[in-house]
Amino acid sequence: MLELRGITLAYDETVVVESLDLSADDGAVLCLLGPSGCGKSTLLRAIAGLEAPRAGTIHLDGHDLAGLRPDQRQVGLMFQEHALFPHRTVADNVGFGPRVRGLDPDTVQQRTDEALRLVGLAGTEHRRVDQLSGGERQRVALARAVAPRPQLLMLDEPLGSLDRALQTRLLAELPEVFAALGTTVVYVTHDQNEALELADQVAVMRDGRIEQQGPPDRLWRAPRTPFVASFLGLDQQLPVEVDRHEIRTPLGVLPRDTVSEAEDALVTGRTRAVLLPESIRLLGAEEAVPPGHLAVTGTVLRRRFRGDHLQLTVRVTSQGEGADLLTGGAGAAGDGTDATSGGALLLHALALGEAGEPGSEVRLAIDRSGVHLLAPDDRA
Amino acid sequence: MSLAARPAGMRRGPRRPQRLRRLLATVGLLALPVVFLGWFFAWPVTAIVWQGLAPEGELQLGVLGRVITDPSVRSVAWFTLWQAVVSTVLTLLVALPGAYTLSRQEFRGRRALQAAVTVPFVLPTVVVGSAFLALLGPRSPVNAALVTLLGDAAPTLDLRRTVTAILLAHVFFNYAVVVRTVGGLWSLLDPRLEDAARVLGASRWRAFREVTWPLLTPAIAASAAIVFLFTFTSFGVVLILGGPGRATIEVEIHRATTQLLDLPLASTLALLQLVAVLAALAVYGRLTQRAQVQQRLVASDTTRRRPRGRVERGLLAGNLVVILGLVLSPLAVLVERSLVTAQGYGLDNWRRLLADDADTVLAVPAAEAVRNSLLFGVSATVVALVVGALAASAATMDRGRLTGLVDRALMVPLGTSAVTVGFGFLIALDRPVDLRGSPLLVPLAQALIATPFVVRTLLPVLRSIDRRLREAAAVLGASPLRVWREVDLPIVGRALLVAAGFSFAIAVGEFGATVFVARANLPTMPVAIFRLLGRPGVANFGQAMAMSTLLASVTAAALLAIDRLRVGQIGRF
Repeated sequence: MLELRGITLAYDETVVVESLDLSADDGAVLCLLGPSGCGKSTLLRAIAGLEAPRAGTIHLDGHDLAGLRPDQRQVGLMFQEHALFPHRTVADNVGFGPRVRGLDPDTVQQRTDEALRLVGLAGTEHRRVDQLSGGERQRVALARAVAPRPQLLMLDEPLGSLDRALQTRLLAELPEVFAALGTTVVYVTHDQNEALELADQVAVMRDGRIEQQGPPDRLWRAPRTPFVASFLGLDQQLPVEVDRHEIRTPLGVLPRDTVSEAEDALVTGRTRAVLLPESIRLLGAEEAVPPGHLAVTGTVLRRRFRGDHLQLTVRVTSQGEGADLLTGGAGAAGDGTDATSGGALLLHALALGEAGEPGSEVRLAIDRSGVHLLAPDDRA
Repeated sequence: MSLAARPAGMRRGPRRPQRLRRLLATVGLLALPVVFLGWFFAWPVTAIVWQGLAPEGELQLGVLGRVITDPSVRSVAWFTLWQAVVSTVLTLLVALPGAYTLSRQEFRGRRALQAAVTVPFVLPTVVVGSAFLALLGPRSPVNAALVTLLGDAAPTLDLRRTVTAILLAHVFFNYAVVVRTVGGLWSLLDPRLEDAARVLGASRWRAFREVTWPLLTPAIAASAAIVFLFTFTSFGVVLILGGPGRATIEVEIHRATTQLLDLPLASTLALLQLVAVLAALAVYGRLTQRAQVQQRLVASDTTRRRPRGRVERGLLAGNLVVILGLVLSPLAVLVERSLVTAQGYGLDNWRRLLADDADTVLAVPAAEAVRNSLLFGVSATVVALVVGALAASAATMDRGRLTGLVDRALMVPLGTSAVTVGFGFLIALDRPVDLRGSPLLVPLAQALIATPFVVRTLLPVLRSIDRRLREAAAVLGASPLRVWREVDLPIVGRALLVAAGFSFAIAVGEFGATVFVARANLPTMPVAIFRLLGRPGVANFGQAMAMSTLLASVTAAALLAIDRLRVGQIGRF
């Protein structure tokens, strides 16, 4: 179990991470998700002992790590861009950890073989690291990090420098490796797909703080702030006005009680709501509006082929009661990632088959349960 | 020509003239450097070797045997070797921690300090010698401090004419070589490599030994080789600080020529030194080739950080003490001594230096020595730039065997002693035109010493210009002339200025060759300093110090200008 309490990190005068709390259960995969420069990597360096926190404590399996040097901490760190020792062979890189920890040559050999087998690189022991491909380097770096059998494995953007096909392949393999190791994993990335796919828990970081932490599906269904929603790729956001009984949106008014729970604590007044992508559907010409849905009409602007589906961009023409929200300098707007564009309201809808030629009129059904209120952005 | 052969010939047709044109262009570019090297380096050196092996015009290997078995020659060779080895080891020991501090630690005043520690390297050896003479003599501030501390009973420390003085001066002189070469690479090493080793369980020392040290080896080997060459062929420092029994081969060549008039001895010594230098260069080439590792380098401003913890702060403090004590104090003493007169502090020495009357020691007004130095320095810079730029262009144009050969041939003067060159001028340059009495000899000799530095500065820059830059400019609509003006010139232009600064600093401070070829009535500043130091009296010594300060300022100014212009990796020397 990894537990961080009130961690503050700073380079010289610049505070990078501020009184941050974070924990990861034994054997769990925790993904730190956030834009570059939000302090993710610095946090990993602090856990590894490469940076000293200004304040706060770090506990690993109940032991306080304060005062322990990096080489005394029993953690593994896979560096961004791998940081392989260029003057050593694959086996020398992987065996480095066991060797400097004073294990006898036979055990070093055994650990090296084991780690290389785990990442599927058995047989490459004697190659020089500068002769390896990008994917092989990534695997060697992983093998090197796990060879000393750390109590905690940390990976800093491990797939960052690889091409997309390789990313997809390695992403599929990583869960098996993590399962085989059984250690707690902290995985840093700026790619929401990686995080949602790998993590037991995702912590979204912004400007040195955790904005929200939870299991991937909960984050997706109930992002807390516009930032979290946007970072997860939920960019259909609307300005809304909330009172105790109803939610006024530019698309129409929703009764408050039909909106999902977990929003009770929200303030009344102007804020934003997110439309989950699967909640917007194209209605057939004669199809009745299903119960619990809100119907809008609009004009198809664009039709994009997305492989397994089509994405229609629809300019909404039916004006709901809350249309004034679009122009009235809505609530916590300002992120730039929302459904409004120059006073017009644009929605993305999934479509299958022939439907939705550009310029044609369409009707959309919006599932009310897919409308989720966001907390006003306190740091916009 | 048969009909059948024609199509094949036509297919090859367009390539052949192009290749021929390239070859012609290369040969054209190389013509001047080859003539220059041949006339002013190969011929004089060959003449020396011939003189040594065949004093009477006939090959007499007996002379060689006589000199080599001569016990006094043997002791000179032994002294030369061991002092060079000890100087190199000492310099590495003192300067490697300094390289770390100046490249990896961030602290206030770092940039200024980095510029300051480079000053000794461009200082003329004569100035270095006189600075240590002032620092280690009986009237030095060290002794003054001892007297204040212990009263009249204090022992007087006089290290003049000792090996200690020579070794200290060598460390002082070469500190910057190690700091610049090793620090240059160190600042580009990815710090995460060491971090990775630490997280994997290596202690700080182990991470350094197993990761950083092997990756630094090429730079350490390179700097060690350079320091060894410089100290093995050390002349000005040893001439001033050494004494009986403490002479390098270089100094012995000078003595054999000017005092003993034993040309066969001088020639054989020069030959001996040439062989040793070439052997050292060959070993160094082998070593660096083996140590070469492909590695990813990072931007130097991302690797520096403020010292944290006791070890880091201790390192910083220790290095600051070394830099202030060893590197900066001789410079300070130089200035201080230049202000000492028979009646306490004053500007007498400076006034006399700049006065317009002919000095009896110098045979000319001191101001004229300054003028000579500047004039010769500028001429030598022009010659070195032209020859060096032509050679570097040829070497970039075509990577054939010919240019490779010239490339390496141009580096040989770097390892050959200046005294050998100067001596060679005197015995060889009577044909086809008798140049031996000409004032032209001084800038020519200085240019020969400076040319390798020009080539070393320009070559990496010329080779690094991405061909795609030119292609991009051409596609964007620039004519070939415009491409040259907009792409090549701005990049090479700065390198040329850096090379010019180096050449000038080297030429102005050059002593070993100049002392041979400068005519009595046309002394340069280093020659004037040496003459002044050879005379007794507080006034002469003070004037030498003033002139040394002036010379140090001139070369330091050239260096600071280079530092401003330095782009990326170029011009490490």
